Amino acid sequence: MINWFKKKRKINYPDFWESYARQFNDKLSQDLNSIRFVVLDTETTGFDYENDRVLSIGALSLKNSTIIVNESFEVFLDQHFYHAKNVEIHGILKDGKQDRITELEALMLFLEFIGNAVLVAHHARFDINMINHALKRHGMPKLKNKVLDTSVLFKKSLIATPLSRTQEAYTLDYLADKFDISTKDRHTALGDAYITAIAFLKILVKLKAQRNFSVKKLLR
Amino acid sequence: MKNTISARVADFLQNYPPFNEIKIKELQILAQEVQIIYKLKDELIFTENEKAHDYFYVVHKGAVSLSKTANGDFVDLCDEGDIFGLRPLMANENYKMEAKAYEESIIYAIPIAEFRPFTKNHEGVANFLMESFASNTRNPYSIGKKGKLFQEGQEGPIPQNNDYLDLQTINYSKKLISSTSGTTIKKVATLMTQKKIGAMLILKDKLPIGIITDKDLRNKIATGEFPISAKAKDIMSSPVITYPKKMTLAQAQMAMMKSGISHLCITEDGTPNTEAVGIISKHDIMLELGNNPAVLMKAIKRSNKFKKIKTIRRGIMSLLQGYLRQNIPLTLTSKIISELNDACIKQVIAISLEKMDAPPPVSFSWLAMGSQGRSEQLLHTDQDNALVFEDVSQEELEATQSYFLNLAKKVTQGLQSIGYEYCPADMMASNPDWCMSLSQWKERTLHWITNPGKDEVLLSSIFFDFNISYGNRELVDELTEHIFSITQKYPIFFVHLASGALQNPSPSGFFRSFLVEENGAHKDFFDLKRRALMPLVDGARVLVLSSQVKSINNTAERFEKLAELEPNNAELFLACSYATKALLKFRTKQGLLHNDSGRFIELETLSKEEKVKLKRTFKTIKELQELIKLRFKVANLVG
Repeated sequence: MINWFKKKRKINYPDFWESYARQFNDKLSQDLNSIRFVVLDTETTGFDYENDRVLSIGALSLKNSTIIVNESFEVFLDQHFYHAKNVEIHGILKDGKQDRITELEALMLFLEFIGNAVLVAHHARFDINMINHALKRHGMPKLKNKVLDTSVLFKKSLIATPLSRTQEAYTLDYLADKFDISTKDRHTALGDAYITAIAFLKILVKLKAQRNFSVKKLLR
Repeated sequence: MKNTISARVADFLQNYPPFNEIKIKELQILAQEVQIIYKLKDELIFTENEKAHDYFYVVHKGAVSLSKTANGDFVDLCDEGDIFGLRPLMANENYKMEAKAYEESIIYAIPIAEFRPFTKNHEGVANFLMESFASNTRNPYSIGKKGKLFQEGQEGPIPQNNDYLDLQTINYSKKLISSTSGTTIKKVATLMTQKKIGAMLILKDKLPIGIITDKDLRNKIATGEFPISAKAKDIMSSPVITYPKKMTLAQAQMAMMKSGISHLCITEDGTPNTEAVGIISKHDIMLELGNNPAVLMKAIKRSNKFKKIKTIRRGIMSLLQGYLRQNIPLTLTSKIISELNDACIKQVIAISLEKMDAPPPVSFSWLAMGSQGRSEQLLHTDQDNALVFEDVSQEELEATQSYFLNLAKKVTQGLQSIGYEYCPADMMASNPDWCMSLSQWKERTLHWITNPGKDEVLLSSIFFDFNISYGNRELVDELTEHIFSITQKYPIFFVHLASGALQNPSPSGFFRSFLVEENGAHKDFFDLKRRALMPLVDGARVLVLSSQVKSINNTAERFEKLAELEPNNAELFLACSYATKALLKFRTKQGLLHNDSGRFIELETLSKEEKVKLKRTFKTIKELQELIKLRFKVANLVG
């Protein structure tokens, strides 16, 4: 029963995973302006991690408060599994015009795009879990990146007073409204990622003004 | 690869010159190479003599100021859609100006290498860029040469001297409102009222044949000379005196004086034989000349969009700057500025009301709280506001509240867009807790006064400085009456309010040196608001409330009133009044200097004299706190 002598078996992951994982050997910078953030959003067939699938991933790269437009990432996935009811929200039809790629291709491209960047998403847990489940299906471990959630950060940026009702969850629409960000591209993955990115920048300003702000704490 | 973001960038660009000359397909390709940069207020985009970037810039949101650092001359303020930083596109040399975010901004950086082909293939693009570039260097003050010709009241912080103004090309109303000679006078007058204009051009085949002004209506209709059923042609002044588009301010003024008229008709080539393109009114000229409270007030009342008010508010700020520079008494300054700020808020509410689908179900009033309620708000600070509406039956309460919440949301958004930040603690009328019926408010305040815990005292101290900004005054008076009658029954409330007033940290340490903040973004800065102004404000409030003095909200005025009521303490109270004014002025000056709220002060930037002045107020604050401690026997409570 006791396998003292059993060596931890090293799993051989595909090359693209290994080269992704290698990037985490270096320590993350503590200078906010030199950290690369990747702000992302996924559109999915539903909210069930096991049974639902990612339909599209949108992500953009943010560094030193600058978004470089041609360094954005937008893929549409070919999923056999499919709920018709989601079409209304996302407008992604199964046989829509966009070029579709397989889930594995999408994951490969995605890992290459994000590298060791700090990931930012609204209600990040959902998007990250969705992607982790997809990775798992293809026999890979979970994402290694640090993750920030704008809904949590926003809550931290508010001043709590007896009469201000802090809500449990702040929707992306609420943030867009609050920060006066156009919601024209709401419900496309990259459009939502853009809204999240601008909100993230504005939240960061508020956090930085707080008494006990430090990059270390932010990334903890 | 074209994506959602590049498509959106292209959509934005195509609305503005010179990009409007470029086909959307090509713009989409260009947009993929764009960088989107987020800049905080006062962050630099480039500095004078900095090596040219590989990009030029377009303001997407916010505003960017261009200036020459050498003499501090303010050159231009770029608004949404304006381009700047064109030098590298034209000449291979360093920047000659500094570009700085005037407010929080999002900026598109357009790569020059990718953009250059367009300047070769599109004559319009090249011409526009040449003109913009030239106007920023040869004749930097010519707003007339900017991309957008007309924008009412576009006034940056006013440059130091006004000499150049005379030579400035004037902006004119381009949205021409006109009638034909057969239109009835009633219709003409109605239209003029609706559009808030003072003159109506009468056109025939787009050519100006006559003009009707307010004066004509008075002199020819109201006197009975012509019946109200008369036609436009009966009373119009004809022929019309016309002028060409490129007119300087001085020329326009001369023309009006020469012919004794208040409106100039602008035509394509300056003769009555070409199409009419606009009207210049005396009002337009006044606006260009700028900063006079009456003109600004008129402009505020005329504005029908939040955006217009925003530009007017810049005018208000430069007026304030001028007043402080000329050392005009702060009482007067704050009266005028508060009045103007108040008018802006009123106008925002009026515009929001128009945006609603239905008129309000019952009467309401919009309350300003905190510094705004005390008329002490000179600079843009956070918004603190509340809404009270007339009582309705229980069944209607929910629907009524939801109507007003909806209205409040529009108003708070409007206020934010003209420069009032949202309250970080959400004390705004768009919060259901701050948008209630009169009885609900009475209940709430009763609760605060009879259960004076720490939170309740804090909330009352914010709320009790309320002042009406808009709506039904009776509601507010009733609420005030209510508060005074219950505070009289529960005097213990004052003890709590007084102890709250003593909670503020003291401004100076043991050796009378300034106490600065120990951590946070303002480490080593002196917190003028919390350590110096708040003790005075809080002190005045509790003293005035306990003396049953109504309807004086301003702290300095409160102290003056107290001096009158208590001759034996008059000296201290007058000193407090003076200290309040001095600190407020200090804060305002600091705020203008740094384009912020002026709350935190970098001590090293102060002169010796300023430091002495500041410290003198501290002594007064200490004495005031002693008096409050004794009068309300606060010690019992704390101990």
